[in-house]
Amino acid sequence: MTERADLAVVGAGPAGLAAALAAAARGVRVILVDADGQAGGQFYRQPARALGARRPQALHHQWRTWERLRDGLEAHLAAGRITHLTDHHVWCVERKPGSSAREPASFAVHALRGPAQQEGVTVRAGAVLLATGGYERVLPFPGWTLPGVVTAGGAQAMLKGGLVLPGRTVVVAGTGPLLLPVATGLAAAGARVAALVESAGPKAAARRSPALAAHPDKLAEAVWYAGRLVRYRVRTLARHTVLEAHGAGRLEAVTVAALGRDGRVRPGSARRIRCDALAVGHGLLPHTDLAETLGCTLAGAAVRVDDEQRTDVPGVWAAGETTGVGGAALALAEGHIAGRSIAARLHGTAPDPRSWAAAARARDRGRAFSAALETVYAPAPGWADRITDDTVVCRCEEVTAGQVRTASGTLGADDPRTVKLLTRAGMGWCQGRMCAPAVAGLTGCPPSPGRRPFARPVPLGVLAALPDD
Amino acid sequence: MESARARPGPAFTVTFDGRALTALPGQTVAAALWAAGVTSWRSTRGGGRPRGVFCGIGVCFDCLVTVNGRANQRACLVPVRPGDVIRTQEGTGR
Ligand SMILES: Cc1cc2nc3c(=O)[nH]c(=O)nc-3n(C[C@H](O)[C@H](O)[C@H](O)COP(=O)(O)OP(=O)(O)OC[C@H]3O[C@@H](n4cnc5c(N)ncnc54)[C@H](O)[C@@H]3O)c2cc1C
Ligand code: FES
Repeated sequence: MTERADLAVVGAGPAGLAAALAAAARGVRVILVDADGQAGGQFYRQPARALGARRPQALHHQWRTWERLRDGLEAHLAAGRITHLTDHHVWCVERKPGSSAREPASFAVHALRGPAQQEGVTVRAGAVLLATGGYERVLPFPGWTLPGVVTAGGAQAMLKGGLVLPGRTVVVAGTGPLLLPVATGLAAAGARVAALVESAGPKAAARRSPALAAHPDKLAEAVWYAGRLVRYRVRTLARHTVLEAHGAGRLEAVTVAALGRDGRVRPGSARRIRCDALAVGHGLLPHTDLAETLGCTLAGAAVRVDDEQRTDVPGVWAAGETTGVGGAALALAEGHIAGRSIAARLHGTAPDPRSWAAAARARDRGRAFSAALETVYAPAPGWADRITDDTVVCRCEEVTAGQVRTASGTLGADDPRTVKLLTRAGMGWCQGRMCAPAVAGLTGCPPSPGRRPFARPVPLGVLAALPDD
Repeated sequence: MESARARPGPAFTVTFDGRALTALPGQTVAAALWAAGVTSWRSTRGGGRPRGVFCGIGVCFDCLVTVNGRANQRACLVPVRPGDVIRTQEGTGR
């Protein structure tokens, strides 16, 4: 099946929605493609309709903004300016170079219809916006593969989407601002949150205070979360880390300990907390695989974009966490700018940046704030040394830290690719998305781009049935 | 459920490893299993270790499960349907 539009937007989170709305309002025909059954992405994830939630906003923050996005989307859907393909997993975007100025480049966005993922759908468009968001980074520790241990964002996603909790007594741990909505969200939904374990120290935030104080709205948000934590009696252990998750067959307890300034565990500080779930995360990483196959240049771990949110591949824009992690407000601003830029470019006019000056200011502020946060919430030094040799690092292929250390130490592998070939770390189903940061930390080499041929596993039948123009 | 004031459609029955469980329309297989207190439904190929949901959004492939005879389904993405026969996936699922 093939669908056509002026613009294909991949991802219906804050960034993709803002872009689709801005472009559609300027006469662009948009196809919005998303793996999920409903629009919203991670931040505005909704309970499935059949669950009949009458107060979904109870699980949310900034519901007004969502209502504005949702109403805008509905109006454009009704007017036929936007088509929303839900349950469509994009596995590859192909660019066909144009032969002349009159016949510019075009794109084929290849998706699999979920959940069976046996049927291929191709969207053809003159421009593409990648707004695929990010996924969570979790650094391993002994016991992290036990059932009951989930990512912090995953616990949040299961709660917002399915109204279920990972357990009755939950410890939320790791580092980063996401731990706050996760801890308060789980508590509000009825879980006992036994502790919020944050490896960053309060002093780190204080040292960055001039940079952070420039964002009163964000500070107000932090104060709001602090109030919620008090209300739900969630104990916060700053500059602490989870040393180990315990259990036979499933999680029963975690051991946490205080960290010294040097990142070492303070002797005698270890203590056990009983819990049946651990929601753990160490920040987010951008989804870049579609951009990489298109040949877009990356800046660090994110897709590189210019002031208009254009990548360096003509016709391809990127917005939201694909271009760097910074939260929903930043994603909205970037999406809005991308949508306006795309509309102008598709109409053959040069966009006027003055027309999006407010969004550009929001983007600058958002980026400055997340840069300051990144220095506060860096994973605690020494985390890699605490991974015991028998800890599984690659969850798919069950490769242990000891095997990775042997590959890099004894066998002399000095880049993640060689480690992967020697150990199979990163060769399994998830294609290294879960273990890449750990392998990099254990071997001391920087993570290299994944170079995944496809963003999703593709059945051979779908590949064989592709039109070959 | 309470805080969001959910009023789901009528519950239905599925089986997990032969045991009858109640599920709600709109839930994924993973959500239905969590609601029933089940947290693992896969054993790994190498060590035979139990696994369930990890990332919750379709990225990690830890939640693979066999639904109605089809192995390697991501439980966190697949909607649960009345009468589904859900089985622990052993190893590669074959
Ligand atoms: C699991 C998780 C939970 C989070 N929860 C919160 C929270 O509660 N509060 C908070 O402040 N921040 C949360 N975040 C951070 C959140 O990512 C951002 O704040 C915000 O949602 C980013 O917006 P975005 O539009 O860039 O991306 P997202 O909101 O992530 O949207 C990306 C969209 O792209 C779709 N997509 C990705 N890849 C493909 C593909 N190949 N094919 C088709 N569709 C695809 C996804 O289904 C998703 O709908 C969470 C992050 C994660 C990973
Ligand atoms: S829990 Fe990660 S893919 Fe389902």
